[in-house]
Amino acid sequence: MTLTDYIAAAPEMTLLGLICVVMLVDLFVEDESRMVTFWLSMASLAITAIVLSATAPVDQSREVFFGAYVSDPFSQILKLGAVLFVAVSFLYARDYLRANDLHKGEYYLLGLFGLLGMMIMMSANNLLIMYLGLETLALSMYALVAIDRNNVLAAESAMKYFVLGAIASGALLYGISWVYGVTGTLSFNEISMALAMDPSLNNLPLWFGLAFMIVGIAFKFGAVPFHMWLPDVYEGARTPVALYLASAPKLAALALIIRILVQGLGELHETWSTMIMFVAVLSILVGNFVAIAQTNIKRMLGYSTIAHVGFILLAIYTGTDGGYASALFYALTYVVSAAGAFGIVILLSRRGYDAELLSDFKGLNARSPWFALMMLFLMFSMAGVPPFVGFLSKLYVIREVLAVGGVGLAVLMVVASVIGAYYYLRVIWYMYFEQGEDQAVLQASTDTRLVLSLNSIAVLALGIMPGWLLAMCIAILG
Amino acid sequence: MIGLHHYLTVGAMLFVLSIAGIVINRKNLILLLMCIELMLLAVNTNFIAFSRYLGDETGQVFVFFILTVAAAEAAIGLAILVVLFRNRRSIAVQELNTLKG
Repeated sequence: MTLTDYIAAAPEMTLLGLICVVMLVDLFVEDESRMVTFWLSMASLAITAIVLSATAPVDQSREVFFGAYVSDPFSQILKLGAVLFVAVSFLYARDYLRANDLHKGEYYLLGLFGLLGMMIMMSANNLLIMYLGLETLALSMYALVAIDRNNVLAAESAMKYFVLGAIASGALLYGISWVYGVTGTLSFNEISMALAMDPSLNNLPLWFGLAFMIVGIAFKFGAVPFHMWLPDVYEGARTPVALYLASAPKLAALALIIRILVQGLGELHETWSTMIMFVAVLSILVGNFVAIAQTNIKRMLGYSTIAHVGFILLAIYTGTDGGYASALFYALTYVVSAAGAFGIVILLSRRGYDAELLSDFKGLNARSPWFALMMLFLMFSMAGVPPFVGFLSKLYVIREVLAVGGVGLAVLMVVASVIGAYYYLRVIWYMYFEQGEDQAVLQASTDTRLVLSLNSIAVLALGIMPGWLLAMCIAILG
Repeated sequence: MIGLHHYLTVGAMLFVLSIAGIVINRKNLILLLMCIELMLLAVNTNFIAFSRYLGDETGQVFVFFILTVAAAEAAIGLAILVVLFRNRRSIAVQELNTLKG
């Protein structure tokens, strides 16, 4: 182990050290000055982002710690995205937590620990490290969902999330044990090399392990038929927690699937692409259809997440470099709009009142024309209306699927998007053309308003100028 | 002679038992946590069997990590269980139905 090894892992180590500092300081802070924890957490995120940029690998990947850890442009962009969206979630969450007597240090600390897990997953170059990162993230999130101890719904959804998440980890591990048994190694590169050298390894036991691993991955993504936990957790968890869950961890899930299926088991593409295709098609159909029936906005966003995950999985299904690049683009841009949408839901809430129902959006235009416009941007983007970025990301995925001859799949995606547009446009209809009973003025501090506006405008800006981000995605995975 | 496939069969049986326990059990959440532990033990059996068969220690190292994570997971699971019990005064699985899914 040399100094380079430590430099490549410097962002994670810095973050871990800073988390310990925040945890210690938080112990000695009185409840009324809890903002100290918030600002320290934000400072930790900023320092992590700086270290991340300073240690960026120029254009090659650096494998360190005996090949167990990798620092490459792919992990770099995902980590920067994750740090940014964790910071955004903290900012949106702050006012809500303070108004609802939940402003304890735990939200920020668990959020930071979750981020550490995500960053480890993004840099994992072997199945053991991937598993450890995944568990660091998952354990933080189970605790985060149960953060409101006196809330029955939160406790119930935390229990469901915990049990289903643990089953998913078990299935993933069982699959890992079979892949290890067949190939004799845990490193992604060595697995891929072993499979390329010896085609006889491509046998039934390996497929058996692969199937279990795909079950685990699909669970973590929230793809149908392993999606049951996702709407429940979004609905049961307090809104800031749902915001956290809906944003950055999706990037970690993308790292999970790309590292394991593409980097490690890329040789088996013919075998896993069929399974991924079924999961993706079911996700798109179930997500879009069931979302129509929802009256709770958080639950609706949960089903919408499932539908979007289907698109990401279809991009992975193609098995081409262009497909992976479009999956990365889709995930990054989806996280922008998901964070914004939950941010608006939080904005509508106030002390003792959660704006959870779709009907809470009625007459929003009369209360706040500006934020109604911002929500319009976000909903249009999620529905895939040009010129918003959601349209482009869907278009790129459809183009890549067509390039591998999936005409039927492309038609399905277009039809499902049109059906899905109904429930997004319904929110807009409520905001502009219905009278609301709730006339309360929106309460939010200036920085939250500013960031939320920037967040929503980013959806439009990225839609008009997608070139640089797309070029970056293609340069990384293309 | 006991060979690799015997161990793998035991692992698979433990795994299926744990899944069956999770699916069938409707009464008690603590049993559910025990089934989750059993599932991880099934994985450990597999790993050790493969590790011995391949003459490669990585699998045994993996088992140590799984044991550690399993302990942390049980701690969090029990903590959530306590929160749930304080709110509902019950830990029956069939009563976890306030949320629709």
